[in-house]
Amino acid sequence: MIELAHLQILSAGLFAIGTYGVLARRSAVLILMSIELMLNAVNINLVGYAAFVDFDEATRSFGQVLVIFVITIAAAELALAIAIILRLYRNRSTVNVDEIDLMKW
Amino acid sequence: MGPTMIGQGTEASLLVDIVFWVLAVSAIVSAFAVVQIRDLFRAALFLIMTLLSIAGMFILLRAEFLAAVQVLIYVGAISVLIIFAILMTGDVEEGSPSHSMRIPVAILSTLFGALAIFVSVSTDWNLLEPAIAAGQVSADAVEGVYSNTIPVIAKLLIRDFVLVFEIASVLLLAAVIGALALIREG
Amino acid sequence: MHEIQTAGILDFGSLERFFQRVLPDSLDRFAFFIAAFTLAFIVINVMVQTTAVYTWFERRVLGRFQGRLGPNRWGPFGMLQPIADLIKLMTKEDMVPKIADRWSFNLAPIILVFPTLLVVAVIPFGPDSFLGRLNIGILFVLGVTSVNTIAIFMAGWGSANKYAMLGAMRGVAMLVSYEVPMALGVVGVLILSGSLAMSDIVIQQNVPFLIVQPLGFLIFIAAASAEMSRTPFDQIEAESELGSGYNTEYSSMKFGMLFLGEFMAPLVTGMIVTTLFLSGTRGFDPIPGQVWFVGKTFAVVFALLWVRATWPRLRVDQIMAFAWKGLFGMALVNIFLIAVEVAVFQDDAGKISTNSLWIMSAINWAIAIGVIVAVANILGQPNLERPTPVPSPLANMYAEAD
Repeated sequence: MIELAHLQILSAGLFAIGTYGVLARRSAVLILMSIELMLNAVNINLVGYAAFVDFDEATRSFGQVLVIFVITIAAAELALAIAIILRLYRNRSTVNVDEIDLMKW
Repeated sequence: MGPTMIGQGTEASLLVDIVFWVLAVSAIVSAFAVVQIRDLFRAALFLIMTLLSIAGMFILLRAEFLAAVQVLIYVGAISVLIIFAILMTGDVEEGSPSHSMRIPVAILSTLFGALAIFVSVSTDWNLLEPAIAAGQVSADAVEGVYSNTIPVIAKLLIRDFVLVFEIASVLLLAAVIGALALIREG
Repeated sequence: MHEIQTAGILDFGSLERFFQRVLPDSLDRFAFFIAAFTLAFIVINVMVQTTAVYTWFERRVLGRFQGRLGPNRWGPFGMLQPIADLIKLMTKEDMVPKIADRWSFNLAPIILVFPTLLVVAVIPFGPDSFLGRLNIGILFVLGVTSVNTIAIFMAGWGSANKYAMLGAMRGVAMLVSYEVPMALGVVGVLILSGSLAMSDIVIQQNVPFLIVQPLGFLIFIAAASAEMSRTPFDQIEAESELGSGYNTEYSSMKFGMLFLGEFMAPLVTGMIVTTLFLSGTRGFDPIPGQVWFVGKTFAVVFALLWVRATWPRLRVDQIMAFAWKGLFGMALVNIFLIAVEVAVFQDDAGKISTNSLWIMSAINWAIAIGVIVAVANILGQPNLERPTPVPSPLANMYAEAD
């Protein structure tokens, strides 16, 4: 029997792993991948709430609609982020975030 | 479960359980591999594995449309973009070393995950199943929505959230133009 | 055009009923699973065998187009050639390059074949095929086929070979680009049929959608032949430029798997096109629906072969320009056109009568021809101005020597 708690734990676990990836790794591309993981953790949660929690009739599958917007925004964000990363690589020939310290005083 | 109708009989619900656990474990394990493996290309492949497991999870939760969209957009487009970025920024096998703050960060994110689990599990959610059992919500109406969510999603998107929908498309256009402007030489 | 024909062997309901009769009552609940597995077994085997026959068909037809014989040695008309090929592939040494990424290299052929077989699951071979009524049918097809891209990346990267990697990068850029017009080309069908399920799309085709929206059909078939990287678009392989592209390093049965995927793709594309645009299993009465389906599929496959035999390979920039400047714009025109027509012609219940479908097709054919001529003029203009011929450097070799 799947319960809402299972999904919440799965989602929280994925989100924590994603947080770790963002904070601990150096490569900008890997940080992007970790952000995707976090967004997907949120998506699982949203779909889980849509499936398990009692909303009123009009917003019964509202969570699923939110997921569509999350995916759209993830796509837009990723296209821009990859453009920025490629630009950075062209200018500084590295994508390690701790070597990109131009704005640091 | 929420859409109570999945797996009414014992065998079917056992099958659903097995599929759920397989998908959950593969999602978590491959997500862990994404942040641990040194080789960036393999990390991207494991990211795809996670995304596919999550798509399977969506099917279990009766969001087939989202599962298809997940595979189409995340696996078909986003991960391909990521792999392109990996191959174009060199040093694939040398990969992405972790920095010295690894252990504190691991502790921090574990604590954060535990907090998230605690908060979301201890909250008293207004669950669907007891509401159906108490007769406040008719099971047929719920089944009517979840047996095919595509028309429901379409109505919500085009009628209630049409402004958000349009803004999302403008956002995508802006992202495309911005990415082109950034990448262009000179 | 009559009702959908009655079911044949690939009918899921009759299989399930058969197993319910055969099994003792206490095991009835397993009938569903056994029927599903049986059907999957039959479908996979039929697909693989048909692909074997198709390789012979393709080579014979190509030979015909090119004024040669094609395989004609073993068996009547060379029909046993696939078996000879198989024996050759199996007895070859299975080599893996030393510096290859073994996991990617070994998994890529499997991941390449797998989606192609999965797509067959949702194709309605009859009124009650197993997953023909899946509510996300066509999205499933688009999503599953996009996994191919990853497999090609894995093969190219895993081979640790520059030519393989170049082929894979070029190919993946092309595949991702052509997914856009392919999805947009389907949207016209979805607007007309009002459903994502493949079986509903077949039911709605009182007039085949090929006749109602020729533009959508052309866009879809062009994008699909790019998706399976056949000759006008075979940037992935490009024998004359890249060795053999992503499969340069493969040998033995792994190469066989890659080729299985490659030769199965036209068949599956033929089935999808038949379902979406040629009204699937529907036809005239004395001939059963499955025969219609197979006939239409092979007609589409033959058309694809004809295209393959006729056109030379496009350059990389031409391919991208064709996707983004040509097909993309045409697809948007098609969607707009169909949406306006549906809004005009549908009655209060949201249905479109057969007569209005015929009127729509007349309008659409006219506009399709106009759009194609316009796009051809816009895209083709620079090619008409021939570059001034550069004299060969060897031509004056002796003249300059004095």
